[in-house]
Amino acid sequence: MRKHQTLGVYLHAQGVSRRAFLKFCSATASLMALPPSAAAQVAAALAAARRPSVIWLSFQECTGCTESLTRSHAPTLESLIFDAISLDYHHTLQAASGESAEAARIAAMEENEGEYLLVVDGSIPLGNPGYSTIAGMSNLDMLRETAGGAAAIIAVGTCAAFGGIPHASPNPTGAVSVSEIITDKPIVNVSGCPPIPVVITGVLAHFLTFGTLPDLDHLGRPVAFFGQNIHDRCYRRPFYERGQFAHTFDDEGARKGWCLYELGCKGPTTYNACATLKWNEGTSYPIASGHGCLGCSEPDFWDKGSFYTPISAGLWGSRETLIGAAAAGAALGVGSALAARARKKKARAAEEAES
Amino acid sequence: MTSLDGIAVKVESATGNVEPLLHEIRHALKRVADGKEGTVIDLRSLPLAPGEEERIEAFLGEGEVRAELDTFGATVFQETSYAGVWLVTHRNMKQAVLTRFIEVTRTPELLKSQRADIERGISRLEDALAASSKVERSRRESVAGQEIKDSG
Repeated sequence: MRKHQTLGVYLHAQGVSRRAFLKFCSATASLMALPPSAAAQVAAALAAARRPSVIWLSFQECTGCTESLTRSHAPTLESLIFDAISLDYHHTLQAASGESAEAARIAAMEENEGEYLLVVDGSIPLGNPGYSTIAGMSNLDMLRETAGGAAAIIAVGTCAAFGGIPHASPNPTGAVSVSEIITDKPIVNVSGCPPIPVVITGVLAHFLTFGTLPDLDHLGRPVAFFGQNIHDRCYRRPFYERGQFAHTFDDEGARKGWCLYELGCKGPTTYNACATLKWNEGTSYPIASGHGCLGCSEPDFWDKGSFYTPISAGLWGSRETLIGAAAAGAALGVGSALAARARKKKARAAEEAES
Repeated sequence: MTSLDGIAVKVESATGNVEPLLHEIRHALKRVADGKEGTVIDLRSLPLAPGEEERIEAFLGEGEVRAELDTFGATVFQETSYAGVWLVTHRNMKQAVLTRFIEVTRTPELLKSQRADIERGISRLEDALAASSKVERSRRESVAGQEIKDSG
């Protein structure tokens, strides 16, 4: 697809029928969490859409976000969306390397000054520029340079959105999020560790379709996907209302699919779309697989105490509390194993008493 | 244990969303019967427990019409046992489900021939007919030429 060609003209030239295009638009509307009736509006906007340039920068990250995106369950949809954008720079996916890769980034920035979309995954270390560099340039300098001419920025993954795991205490690299550095550009935070692939493509599709960014919540996340918490959309919610909880991972409650709140599920304080969009081709999500939500789309999720402690038990909070806990580390390790065993025993006894 | 089926997990969950959805379909169907516009429900927008989507499908049953669209993967239009209520499943080329809609309408929009495709069809048909008559003309000229040659 040529840069100034509209998507409609491009698809027509490829022999894509109007009916096939409408199927694509129906799926895209669903992808953007728009009502099905918006498909016609999406079709009109997409047909006139021009191919935006996208520069993707990867900083302190594990490549999980790119893995998530490229394993998205809608390859035909993604391939069309990727045909419809010009991904001019992405370390992992581009064929070019070394100086020619950096030249591609500079060329894309110059050709599309003020119009390109910048996607960032990974946090940025402020502790020492040498902690993470690309072609000899620190992450901080590359972000500032590339953000300068961007129309908007999408911070993909909890690391780019909130600092993520590199930011976890004691944050050895001084990792920060994109929004802590860039303050004069519109930024969308697509958090999650990794984010749900269709949420990433949904935001790209929104930009492609309407040329604007979606409505955001107080943490800069798209409301369409992060507007409701996991708990409110969870199919196990009725068990929570009835006070039916799993107490261990193999008790009667676990086997019957009861609420995982007492096993540390962070669903009530986590805003994401896992409960409806799901993972692995829409098959399941952690709670449906029997494990509580870790809260990975929330800031500092790694520092909020045990994944297996109920929210009602409170959070670790201050660093002093953590240091105190660390001093008792060895004892705690043994103690928690014993406590887990005792808890399991207690749950079994309760089950036997009930039966 | 020989397979995953051997794991003693029996989920008894229910969101309570199935009945309200079926009533929503009933109201939408009444609107269509009154000549008003149809309704499309995106099944992915609702929290449903494992087995609840199957419950909805089983309740609605299968009706007289089933059509398949083959573009970017298969799309199946299945009219349910309630005329005017369609279950539309879009799949991608790897057969994974992209979206599932319940469409309450006389005919799902995508089943209808689209104006742009019809116009493109007219153009293709005209080209094909022109090419065909050209071939026929050339065949006739060739036969006529041969006859003159033979008679001479």
